[in-house]
Amino acid sequence: MKSVINALKSRETLLALAIFLLVLLVSSRYPAFSSVESLSGIFNDTSILMILTLGQMLVILTKCIDLSVAANLALTGMVVAMINNIAPGIPVIVLLLFAILLGALLGAINGYLVWKLDIPPIVVTLGTMTIFRGLIFVISDGKWINAHEMSASFTAFPRYEILGLPMLSWIAILVILLFIPLVNRTALGRAFFAVGCNPMAAVYTGINIGRTRFMTFVISGALAGLAGYLWVSRYAVAYVDIAGGFELDVVAACVIGGISIAGGVGSIGGAILGALFLGVIKNALPVVDISPFWQLAISGSAIILAVALNTLSAQQKGRVILKTAGQGA
Amino acid sequence: MQASSKTSLASEQNQKSQLSNNNNNLTPVMSMKGITKTFPGVTALSEISLDLYPRQVTALVGENGAGKSTVVKILTGIYQPTAGSLSIHGQDIKFPTPHDASEAGVTAIHQETVLFDDLSVAENIFIGHAPKTSRGLIDWKTMNAEAEKLLQTIGANIDPNLKLKDLGIANKHMVAISRALSIDASVVIMDEPTAALSHKEIEELYDLVDKLKADGKAILFISHKFDEIFRIADRYTVFRDGEMVDEGHLKDITENDLVEKMVGRSVDQIFPTREPSIGAEILSVVNYCHPTEFSNINFKLHKGEILGFYGLVGAGRSEFMQSLFGITKPASGEVFIEGNPATIRNPAQAIEKGIVYVSEDRGKQGVVTTLPIFQNVSLPSLQHISKRGFLQIAEEFSLAREFTRRLDLRAASLDQHVGDLSGGNQQKVVIAKWLATQPLVIILDEPTKGIDIGSKTVVHEFMAELAAGGLAVIMVSSEIPEILGMTDRTIVMREGLIVNEFGRDEMSPEKLVRAAAGIKEST
Repeated sequence: MKSVINALKSRETLLALAIFLLVLLVSSRYPAFSSVESLSGIFNDTSILMILTLGQMLVILTKCIDLSVAANLALTGMVVAMINNIAPGIPVIVLLLFAILLGALLGAINGYLVWKLDIPPIVVTLGTMTIFRGLIFVISDGKWINAHEMSASFTAFPRYEILGLPMLSWIAILVILLFIPLVNRTALGRAFFAVGCNPMAAVYTGINIGRTRFMTFVISGALAGLAGYLWVSRYAVAYVDIAGGFELDVVAACVIGGISIAGGVGSIGGAILGALFLGVIKNALPVVDISPFWQLAISGSAIILAVALNTLSAQQKGRVILKTAGQGA
Repeated sequence: MQASSKTSLASEQNQKSQLSNNNNNLTPVMSMKGITKTFPGVTALSEISLDLYPRQVTALVGENGAGKSTVVKILTGIYQPTAGSLSIHGQDIKFPTPHDASEAGVTAIHQETVLFDDLSVAENIFIGHAPKTSRGLIDWKTMNAEAEKLLQTIGANIDPNLKLKDLGIANKHMVAISRALSIDASVVIMDEPTAALSHKEIEELYDLVDKLKADGKAILFISHKFDEIFRIADRYTVFRDGEMVDEGHLKDITENDLVEKMVGRSVDQIFPTREPSIGAEILSVVNYCHPTEFSNINFKLHKGEILGFYGLVGAGRSEFMQSLFGITKPASGEVFIEGNPATIRNPAQAIEKGIVYVSEDRGKQGVVTTLPIFQNVSLPSLQHISKRGFLQIAEEFSLAREFTRRLDLRAASLDQHVGDLSGGNQQKVVIAKWLATQPLVIILDEPTKGIDIGSKTVVHEFMAELAAGGLAVIMVSSEIPEILGMTDRTIVMREGLIVNEFGRDEMSPEKLVRAAAGIKEST
């Protein structure tokens, strides 16, 4: 019984419940909203956000932040679009792997600056964010690459359906499946939590804090690179400003998903649900005929609500000083 | 008198210090009478009395845990006494808050003063009570002028407009002192003021103390250094285990008598009886040096042995241990483990080679509160419970189960988050974590600091058990009974050097204190 109550109290359950109620509410007036096609459409639509949120989760777990993910996405997306434009013969899978590699390299720059030069991550990634955007302009001359300049296979890939689900969704699922063992079953995964919760204790147990943080930036970057190709091919356009400001959605999804900005606390489930929550809101608002501008206000409120919930639950704990208080447990 | 008018800022409210200056030396400025302070389960002070006289420096002497800092906290309004009374100029007074204490003219200069690096010198001195203009804004002109005046009275030539971070340590200290004097104090408490100072700076501090004396202030001086106490103090008060054991004039007592009064104790703490079986050499440290923290460290450690490291706080013991463990890098020196040269560049290598370090600060350096117990225990052993890069959760659990059971850890389940455990149980998680790495050498840095007597006994018994099991134990401790009761051999460090080494039979409290404080052996 107790474990049931505890499970109900957990952030993931609350969030899942909130999403469920939201879907229920919208579909009470527009039943089509909760159809399988509509829901899988929302999942597909949120795939890129989920992928980036998972990467960001690792970075935030170690008390850092990566504000350059959207710029990384845009730069990698532009580079693969240009390659495809010049050499349409290169197979999509090669471009995909190249995008992951390039993204990881850009992430490694962040990680290296944080690790070796000890610059605060927010400063590093704010800087690289601007540099990456600037680089897109430099390499593209500010020009757009449109659908007709991309090869058919390039734009078709994310739409390719397996078992009724588009490739884009399958890639998000694959990333989630890779993350589960990484976070729960490897020494590195454990180090993310230790470094974020208590850096000194981590040092004393032989964990290299700098290297651990470096790894989170590389992973976050690799996923941004992957998302870069997916974004450009899905929307069939590449230009300087794609995914402008998207890094804030990613951070918001993390916070809503219960990943503590102070580090050390978070889960894969939370990250996914945080992203889905934003995805559902984004898709529900047009259905119920609310201006999409409200979406910003609503996701903003959700962030504050999420943080307030965190603070409240931290306050409730307090110290056990009375002898009688601890015995009931 | 003339000196006092210089330091008083609010001379119209100066009646208190006027009064003290008119008094002769025999009336105390401030008295503590029958003060008792208890914390749950611990009596920190038991009916102590302390008188502070104008124009006199009273040295408060006692071992760690004797109750010195509790006295300071009561005098400055941080703690409230459980029983007893405080009086100033013969009138009973209570300090419900630190602010009340400073209003009444009690000020303290601490060992580590909290200052603000990015604020100016004047702002640091007056923060919290800056002079205001009629419109309620900070009166910068007056503040800077007053700050300059204050600094000059204590003989420091510092521009009050400078940022604090641009000053050297000695000048920062001067700022801290000015800050303490910026309230019109009649009682000045100096809590180990020389701990961070160089020789020259200490001389300057002595001059300052003389000036304060001439000003008619009553000074309470807390120090572990006997040369210092005999150099500047007039009176002494000895505390032992929360009780006042003696007081008098320093001219009537010798260093050795003072040491005896400080440590002479009824042994009320019971230590486990051990029959040490000391085996082969495990660790040998040769000529270990650091440019600024310690030098020429040489010693050997054997299987089954408990080796103590005694010294005053700041003698370089922890710094050396951290270097040995690979947290900080040594400049030179060699380490041999079981006769083989060992290179230790980081904690991971130290753990791999069989050296573990249980730090003094459980919170900062010990547990990861957001992870469950079993994940805390396995943290340094993750490589050993991994197969092809993946952690074996079942093995992880059995590792945690085995070592927490050995330590009698009380927890609902191993899934419980460490943050929800009591302090004592968190300590056990830390120790279980280290034992799980199956070390050869375990370094315990102040293992019983800040825990109650009952838990101390548990830690001591456990330490004896570890040694009996063949582990080599290094215990850094500043508590003499613990050193005497637990160690087979003790190395005494002073100012970064090993100054003495005592076998179990040679040790006495007096010898340890003398060696640590640098007092020559007397006949």
